[in-house]
Formats: sequence, C-alpha cells, structure tokens
Amino acid sequence: MIKFENVTKAYPDGTVAVDGLNLEAPTGKLTILVGPSGCGKTTSLRMINRLIEPTSGTIYLDDQPTSGMDAALLRRRIGYVIQHAGLFPHRTIIDNVATMPVLLGESRQKARMKALELMERVGLPASFAKRYPWQLSGGQQQRVGVARALASDPAFMLMDEPFSAVDPVVRAQLQEEFLRLQREIGKTIIMVTHDIDEALKLGDQVAVMRVGGKLAQMATPSELLTSPADEFVADFVGRDRGYRSLGFTNSAGTVTVSEEAVVTIGASAAEAQSKATGAWVLVVDGGRKPLGWAQADLIKGELKREHLNLSGTSASSSGTMRQLLDAALSSPSRRGVVVNEHGELIGTVTATDVVKAIEAEPHLETAR
Amino acid sequence: MINYLFNPAHWSGADGIPTLIGEHLLYSLIALAVAAIIAVPLGIYIGVTGKGVFMIAGLANALRALPSVGLLILLVLLISPAFPSKMGYILPSLIVLVLLAVPPILTNTYAGVRAVDAAAVDAAKGMGFRTMKILTDIQLPCSLPLMLSGVRSALLQIISTATIAAYISLGGLGRLLIDGKAQNDYSQMVAGAVLVALLALFFDQLLAFITRRVVSPGLTRRTVKAAAPTAATDTVKTPVAA
Repeated sequence: MIKFENVTKAYPDGTVAVDGLNLEAPTGKLTILVGPSGCGKTTSLRMINRLIEPTSGTIYLDDQPTSGMDAALLRRRIGYVIQHAGLFPHRTIIDNVATMPVLLGESRQKARMKALELMERVGLPASFAKRYPWQLSGGQQQRVGVARALASDPAFMLMDEPFSAVDPVVRAQLQEEFLRLQREIGKTIIMVTHDIDEALKLGDQVAVMRVGGKLAQMATPSELLTSPADEFVADFVGRDRGYRSLGFTNSAGTVTVSEEAVVTIGASAAEAQSKATGAWVLVVDGGRKPLGWAQADLIKGELKREHLNLSGTSASSSGTMRQLLDAALSSPSRRGVVVNEHGELIGTVTATDVVKAIEAEPHLETAR
Repeated sequence: MINYLFNPAHWSGADGIPTLIGEHLLYSLIALAVAAIIAVPLGIYIGVTGKGVFMIAGLANALRALPSVGLLILLVLLISPAFPSKMGYILPSLIVLVLLAVPPILTNTYAGVRAVDAAAVDAAKGMGFRTMKILTDIQLPCSLPLMLSGVRSALLQIISTATIAAYISLGGLGRLLIDGKAQNDYSQMVAGAVLVALLALFFDQLLAFITRRVVSPGLTRRTVKAAAPTAATDTVKTPVAA
C-alpha cells in the first residue's frame, strides 16, 4: 500500500504543484493518476520515491513513512518506469534488464539468467539479449524498461506515462500485455497518464487531478463514467460517457443470441441465397470461425473470398455490452457476430436485443 | 628530403632523429597528461553541476586565441630567471602546450557529459543509483566518445605545436625546422615537417583505435560483427512488431 497524507509540494517562487493530497493506492492494485498538464500528477509520483521531496505531509509505504528512509535504498524497493524508457545506451539489453539484481549484489551471471526470464515475460525474444537499445523500436525499448523495473521483483512500481511515446497500435498492444502481466504479478502500482482512455482501460482505480494539484475524484473507471463528482471530472472524462460505460458492463447471459445459418468459401450461389437472411449471409471457415459477410445475390458461380465484406467486428459471448453493441452496429447485415472463447461462432445479436438487455438492467453492474 | 631522411648519420647521436622524436614525444605526452588532469575533472564537474558554464564559452575560447610563440617568449622572460637550469625553458614550453590542449578537452568533456540522455540519468537515479555510481556507470561511459575526440584533437595540436620548443633552443623535431632554416637546408626542414606530420597521424590513429576499443558499440551505433554475426545485417533494421 502507498498512502499520501496531506502531501503538499510548493516551490520557493510560490507555485503550488501538489496541494494537500490524500490518496491511498491499495496493495496489488493499479492506481492511475490522471489529469491535464500542470495538475501535479508527475510531481506526486516523483515524491513517492523522493526524486522530489514534499514540502509538507507524509507518504507511507506499507505504513512506514518514507521521509525517514535512505532515499537510494527506498528507490531500490520500487520499480521505476519512465516515458522514453531511459535505457542505458552503452549497455546491452540483457545488461540493462540485469541492472537492479546487480545493484542489489547478485552475481552478474545470476542476474543475467533472471534478465533472460524477464525478457521472455515481457515478450522480447532471447535473440535481443546482445543488442543495444538503439537497435530496438520504441515499443521494444519500453518493454525492456518494464522488464528492467521488474527484475528485482519489487512490491511497488511507479510508471510515468509508460506507453505515451509509442504509436497508437503499439500502445494498445502494450496496454493489453501489461494488463495480462499485472494479473499474474499483482504489484502495487501507481501510474501517471494524461490519457483518460488509458486510465479507464488499465486502472483498478483512477484519481483525477485538477490544475493546482488537487484531487478531483478517486473512483473506479465505471464510477467515473456513471457518476462523475463535478463538472470538471465529467468534462475531463469526455464525451460518449454512456456508450463508454457499456465497456464495463458484462453481457454474459443477458442478451439472447439467435441462430445464424452459415456457408463456407466455395458454396454455390444457390446455396448462399437459400441460407441468406435478407441480403446477407454469414461465411465461416471449416472450424466455424467467422470470416465475413457476403451479399448473396451478387455471387456468380461460387462464393469466393473477394465477395466478403469485412466491416463487422465480432464480440465474445463473455465480453461487454459495448463489444456486443459494436458488433451489431458495425455489421453490414445489422446482425452482430458472437463467438465463444475459441473464436467459433455461437450466433448473432441485433442492436435491439442488446439495448433491451441494457434497459432491463436499471443499475449497471460493473464488469470488474 | 629523401636523402636527408635516409642518411644514416642523421639517425644516431645526441641530435639524431630518434633522440629528437623522443624529446618531441616527451614534451607532448607530459603536456597532454597535465592538460587532461586539469580539463577532464573540470569538464565533468561543469557538465554535471551546470556551474561555471561561462568558463567554457569565455575562457576556453580565449585560450584558443593565444599566440603560441608570443606567449612562449613572454613566459621564458618571466620564468627563466627563477630557474637557472634548462627547466627555465622547458617549463614555459610545457605551459604553452598545456594551455593549447585544455580547451578542446574541456569543451568536449563538458559537451559529452551534457549530452548524456537525461532519461537514462533519471532512470538510474529513480532505481536507486547513488550520485557517484551514476557518474561512474552512466555519465562517464556515455560521454567517453566526445571526451576522447577532444583528447584526440588536443594531441594533434600539441604534437604539431611542440616544434616551437626548438625556438628557445630546446630539442624535439622543431630542431630540424629551426636549424634547417638557419643553415638554408630546405631538405632538413621538409624532413622535419614530414616527421611531425607522420608522428601526428600515427598518434591520431592510435587514439582512434583506443577509442574503438573502450567506447561501447551501443554509443557509436556500430554493429559488432564478432559478437553477433547475423544480427548485424538483416534483423537490426527491421524491428520485429512491437
């Protein structure tokens, strides 16, 4: 657990970066500090490992005040990940990852063994071990940064905008992998971001800060969407709150899934027309995995891949209302494809089915 | 010139070419060592703390503008009365050479330390490195390429300027220039000039070699062929989907 008790940071010129912050990041959870630039979120983070000293107030690490500790020893207990990874350019990837174990006194050989394990864990091939940071892409460097922070197996982690320097596709991928990793390792993490979508996606709880270094609201992601504390929070959380909050509502068992007739590639035009509902027929592969929709009356001869319309998304039967609704809305037939955990077709839903299920639940229950 | 260099009589004795080269190197290396002892720690201090940056711009550039021969004569006039021996001449020569070598080493060391990736230093600090360890493990190795290139250009300047020691009747390859001029022996002068140039080239290459050995390939962005024969060509430039 990391706890802020009335923490203030004021600079000699009178600027107050953080103002009387009270906050508790529970053990094993991911707490996110989010807010516009100048809200003091990074300052707050850097006060935890005392890269910045608070002007007043106390920060506790598992009930021990950090102010009495040796700053360097305190930092060695806390994993630290920053925006541009901050890898050591003159050291190989494996030695970068081995930094903490070596610093804590392990032999270089043992430290490297541990580093190899961690590289695998964050999805870096062992062939990267002997490379240097400049030979890696931004996303790969960031993985090394995470592996390096995890190498000493710290109970706590501080992450300062860890995914914001990479492109959106890589960012989404790193976020997914990081969530999976965190479910395995369960560290007590405080992460800073300016991206509210990232905060809502990753956080177990989210602390929204406002300019002047004050806490505006501390809540779970779905609470932030459904009951923002004030106008500032509502505004910061942004548009489409109703739709986005569906992303936290589990759909399992609440929406009726209808049977859907299917054809495979190579089916005749006549078969496709007989199976079609309306103009569209769903095409699957041999393992009943959906491939796309085809317009039956446009098929001449037999069904080929170029007849497929790929615009529809598919939703998992255990997914959220948002995924189901999106599947229905994005499908050219207006019937959303629902698959099981192996990606095999279960059936289809319409937007009407989903909306009915949403309306039947007056109090949205959270998926988390 | 060829005749002069290949005449065996010039390769022995107290004023033979080996002796002159030896003296030349002795002055040069002592001057380089003293300059490095002054400039490297100072450059690191200024680079790390940001204090005294004005020295880099002001003092270092002013030193570069000093006329070497004029300064040498002035220093001999000031210093030689205090030292009855040859030291009265050697010391002024060394001071001139040191003053010449300090600016490139100082500015490059400073620039090297400044250029170290601030994120790497922040990461090291955040992971619990103490100040000294950040210096020895991160800041120094990362600033080494620039620092060594400063040493290289300093050594080049010292070797070529060390000829002026002969101006005040000391040894070194400058003897060939001064004596050749006095005797209207142009082949001797050219031989001296060529030897100085060769000496400078040799030490430049030597330092280039040392630089390659001590600077991490992660900084120079060289691909290490011996360590990773295949990694260098196909995989390096095509980052695997991240």
